[in-house]
Amino acid sequence: MPKAPAGTLYRGREGMWSWVAHRITGVLVFFFLFAHVLDTALIRVSPTSYDKVIGTYKNPIVNVMEVGLVAAVVYHALNGIRIMLIDFWEKGPRYQKQMLYVELALFVILVVPDAYFSLEHTVRTIFGST
Amino acid sequence: MTATVDGAGRPVIEAPRSRAPRPGRARARSNFELYAWVFMRVSGLALIVLVFGHLFIMNVLDGGVQRINWGFVAGRYASPFWRLWDLTMLLLAELHGTNGLRTVINDYAERPQSRFWLKMMLYTSAFLVVTLGTLVIFTFDPNISG
Repeated sequence: MPKAPAGTLYRGREGMWSWVAHRITGVLVFFFLFAHVLDTALIRVSPTSYDKVIGTYKNPIVNVMEVGLVAAVVYHALNGIRIMLIDFWEKGPRYQKQMLYVELALFVILVVPDAYFSLEHTVRTIFGST
Repeated sequence: MTATVDGAGRPVIEAPRSRAPRPGRARARSNFELYAWVFMRVSGLALIVLVFGHLFIMNVLDGGVQRINWGFVAGRYASPFWRLWDLTMLLLAELHGTNGLRTVINDYAERPQSRFWLKMMLYTSAFLVVTLGTLVIFTFDPNISG
């Protein structure tokens, strides 16, 4: 394998950082998928063992991490669409920066409601009365 | 180097026995990387529908994860539609992720041995996840007890 060149190929700004985030979110989701297939496999073992492990997902701290997982998936999906537009749309490369900002706006629009619905129960049990 | 002169005593250049290997092209050409590139885009599009649908049902609708238990999954798996949904999602996501991590290993692991073993671990885990997941989807038993 060639060693790193004297300079650097990384150019920073929107193009590089969106790519860095795409990698990190992708690897994160991949490792979660591994754990998730194992925990879901317990439906074949017994209802008790499955309900026990799924109880972990209802824990307030894990519940917050689930919003993080959804955020990672949403970013990876939206950025994936952006990559496809850069690849296949003739004006894609020219508008890659603008597309990233549209993507980030859509990200907020999707993740905020998800956080609301996912954390409703947790917030109520910690702070609320009902 | 024998016969370097022909019958008339003129020098000849021997025909090469095999083509000299060209640098940077040790292995035979294949279109694997092209197919992998296309697969990432096609599976990515399908996964947007499959995974967003999954997350919406599991995390957002009707109280989200709080209502999930064995009975909830058994109810869903009474329908072949959701089993097929999960099977497709499992296969596409695992292959998409495995190819993604293969790219990451190719980018960052420099020693041939590290590259080899990291990829072996990756492919072993992918095989395990696909096999176990598929088996569970096909053999799920709603009459199980315990």
